Amino acid sequence: MVFEFEVQGGDFATAGNASSQIKKILKQLNVDHRDIKRIVVALYEAEVNIVAHAFKGRIIANIDTSEVRIRLVDEGPGIPDIELAMQQGYSTASSEVREMGFGAGMGLPNMKKNTDEMHVTSVVDKGTTVELIVFINQPTT
Amino acid sequence: MTVKELVDALNLTVVSGASGLNKEVAGGYVSDLLSDVMGNCDAGRIWITLQTHKNVMAIASLKDLSAVILVKDLKPEPDMALQSEEEEIPVLSSSLQTFELAGKIYDLLK
Repeated sequence: MVFEFEVQGGDFATAGNASSQIKKILKQLNVDHRDIKRIVVALYEAEVNIVAHAFKGRIIANIDTSEVRIRLVDEGPGIPDIELAMQQGYSTASSEVREMGFGAGMGLPNMKKNTDEMHVTSVVDKGTTVELIVFINQPTT
Repeated sequence: MTVKELVDALNLTVVSGASGLNKEVAGGYVSDLLSDVMGNCDAGRIWITLQTHKNVMAIASLKDLSAVILVKDLKPEPDMALQSEEEEIPVLSSSLQTFELAGKIYDLLK
């Protein structure tokens, strides 16, 4: 199943709406709640990154029985040094965004920690694409 | 302990989301950094913060938290209060500052 959502850059009032809807869908599909928790953390961080940094973006969530694959494609400034951006504590967020309690440089590390695979590609002055992959409903061994 | 019992014990003000007062409190978390809460706070906890904007409720909802407690008599912005009503997650307010409030709640929950 594929679900698509639009995200508006700068619009903090709606930040998290797509994450919230995808969480509801995953619950309806009876995905293991531990998997839902991980997906929600990673997805929310990625969604907020679009709001905080990009002009606009799209979230495409691909859900099947064993895997959730979410692509977040934005039009924005891009990330010049992805390795640096991945470091805990590194952020380029504005002071307004930081005052709200965002921009602590924890978003990308949170995404990494809560996914099985994560791929970030970026072109400066064009945009960034993040792919989050979480294997779901795996038998616990 | 329920959120309601916590409200009574500490004389907290229920600002919004009163329909969620029967939720169980599984613990607490203190942070003003949203990604910290997102990454490290477990479901069912109460979140003590000084952030008063709507994104607090987005996180409280996504993480299935029991309630948000604002310190130093802070009040939520109107859209935060509205979302608290919709999500049925109470926003509470205390005259205490974070250190004192967290200490009292820790004592009650331990």
